Amino acid sequence: MTQVVATTPGLFPLPDWAKDELSDLKGHQKTDLVSGDESGAIVEAYDEVRAEVVARQQNAGLDRIVEGQLRWDDMLAHPLAVHDSVETKGIVRYYDNNNFYREPVVQDDLSADGGDVAADLGAAADLVDEGLQAVLPGPYSLADLATDEHYGDEAAFLDAVADFLVEEVKSFPDVETLFLLEPSLVENAPADGEDERAAEAIDAVASAADAEVVAHTYWGAIEEKAYAHLMDADVDAIGFDLVANHDQNVYNVQEYGTKDDVALGVVDGQNTLVESPETIRDRIDWFEQQTNNAYDTVYATANTELFYLPVNKFEDKLDALANAADLEAAEA
Amino acid sequence: MTGPRDQFKPADHPNDHFLLTTVVGSYPKPKWHDRARELFEDEDADFDEEQWEEAKDDASRLITHEHERSGLDVICDGEMRRNEMVEYFAHRIDGYEFNGRVKVWGHNYFDKPSVADEVEYGEQWLVEEFEFTDEVAERPVKVPITGPYTLANWSFNEVYDSEEQLAYELAELVNEEIEALVEAGARYIQIDEPALATTPDDHAIVGECLERIVDEIPDDVRLGLHVCYGDYSRIYPEILDYPVHEYDLELANGDYDQLDVFKEHEFTKDFAMGVVDAHVAEVESVEEIKENIKKGLEVVPPERLTVSPDCGVKLLPRDVAYGKMENMVQAAREIEEELDAGEIDVVASGAEARADD
Repeated sequence: MTQVVATTPGLFPLPDWAKDELSDLKGHQKTDLVSGDESGAIVEAYDEVRAEVVARQQNAGLDRIVEGQLRWDDMLAHPLAVHDSVETKGIVRYYDNNNFYREPVVQDDLSADGGDVAADLGAAADLVDEGLQAVLPGPYSLADLATDEHYGDEAAFLDAVADFLVEEVKSFPDVETLFLLEPSLVENAPADGEDERAAEAIDAVASAADAEVVAHTYWGAIEEKAYAHLMDADVDAIGFDLVANHDQNVYNVQEYGTKDDVALGVVDGQNTLVESPETIRDRIDWFEQQTNNAYDTVYATANTELFYLPVNKFEDKLDALANAADLEAAEA
Repeated sequence: MTGPRDQFKPADHPNDHFLLTTVVGSYPKPKWHDRARELFEDEDADFDEEQWEEAKDDASRLITHEHERSGLDVICDGEMRRNEMVEYFAHRIDGYEFNGRVKVWGHNYFDKPSVADEVEYGEQWLVEEFEFTDEVAERPVKVPITGPYTLANWSFNEVYDSEEQLAYELAELVNEEIEALVEAGARYIQIDEPALATTPDDHAIVGECLERIVDEIPDDVRLGLHVCYGDYSRIYPEILDYPVHEYDLELANGDYDQLDVFKEHEFTKDFAMGVVDAHVAEVESVEEIKENIKKGLEVVPPERLTVSPDCGVKLLPRDVAYGKMENMVQAAREIEEELDAGEIDVVASGAEARADD
């Protein structure tokens, strides 16, 4: 019997009071964004807002609780943006969105100086008894979002980013699940050879985690060959964006199979239309039928990060996901 | 078509040549106007709707006259009644709702609206703004209006099957508004489509929107399209097929590094070129602006060159915004004199272009 686990890929919108308070404390310019050495009132504000979103997820009844990544001013580029060996440059477009992040330019060795994500996760661990979920950019996407001025070779740079993430994962507190977000596998598809290296890099990060690992892709489907390589990575589940492109994702699974568990992006993280629990359940059932498979675990999730949404709709979507998982349990 | 342009040449224009000088639209709001808005939004303050309307009228009159004082040929009121280029319209279109702010970058947010029901024409958008400005202005008034593609692209779409379909529905409403503006006497309309720059692959959708917008708009109404901050090589020359007379493009910001894009294929419409940067808080000198204008003459002949800032200037300090306009007009007039005197070689050929019209 399939277990439906309600979760999200994290990167939540700040509650409106925190938008105001943190913008007053930090400012509006690119030099005002998080650097990793914030102090005082800013740290307190983030502690407060983290506790708020953890409680909100618990109230919704989600099966996995994320830290919220509320400090990630640079979205998925955050772990590098706060690294000592990285200089943040101009504001650049975040994928195909009307959102921008500071371009992280790697200028020195990426070893050491980890722990930024682990520290936030540790703070969340104090608030969560069970079901804590870590969120990280996958190595391929993180390397894609950054500019390398140090390693001078794409393969070496990807390895270095993967090694950096491995160290980060090793310093995590106990977590149940790790979501590695890999939108670049879709948005900036790896070339021949690069696809295999991307899968190996994901494998390296996943292997360092003492948790169930989901390699989550979104904004469409990844190309067949890259998917075939990704299947070689030692992850517990691959995530598919059924909102952006359900047919091609189903095709990949039909042609190449998938892991025993699967993550399904069944809620649109970029639209205010709130899916009903029944719709969410229908999408999961549809995927199972199309792929002719009963999975051990289905992670029911939003397809993308959730910071694109206004707070009220974001919260409605958390409730919908949690209710969809309960709906399944009631029928079982 | 290169458009009905002569109607905008002032009767007392000093030179034979005429480089049409204008602005893109937004202008810094007077500080007292911001204060008036705060008072109006403060429930405890003794400041009612009537006083707020009066404040908007005062600001509109003031900035309209400020534009005229700078010497511009075609002016607007600096969009004193508008808060933001999507929100303002979404508040007036039935079917839209607001749920709260979303992040753009860092701690910069945008009250991104949702299309939660079929869009329909609600209250008037810009007719009252135009009528007021036209009443207080001596010079011709241009009306900037956010285009349907940008209205669709910068909203959540809960209703329509695709963003494309929403854009076409909104195009019908923009057409309705422009018809009302024309009825009220407007003769120069600029459609703002900044979203095109970020999703250039959709240029055909913007073209289809424009076909719907211009439906039954009289020939003597000059139509422009403003696009900014993008990779123009991905939309040019395709955009030349759009049913508009003029393209208003940001180029000073990138120091004209994209100018060659417009030289590789003959620019067959009017070229409204940004000659001052909207995001640098220093007033460019007349000499510097003249050099920029000459770059425009490498693309089109003088009779098809419009001189304007890169984009709306609302983020600049007001004195800087004014200084830029004043120097821009001065530079244009000096270039006209030099053209009259035969001191400038016009590289672009007007005769050939006209043969295509």
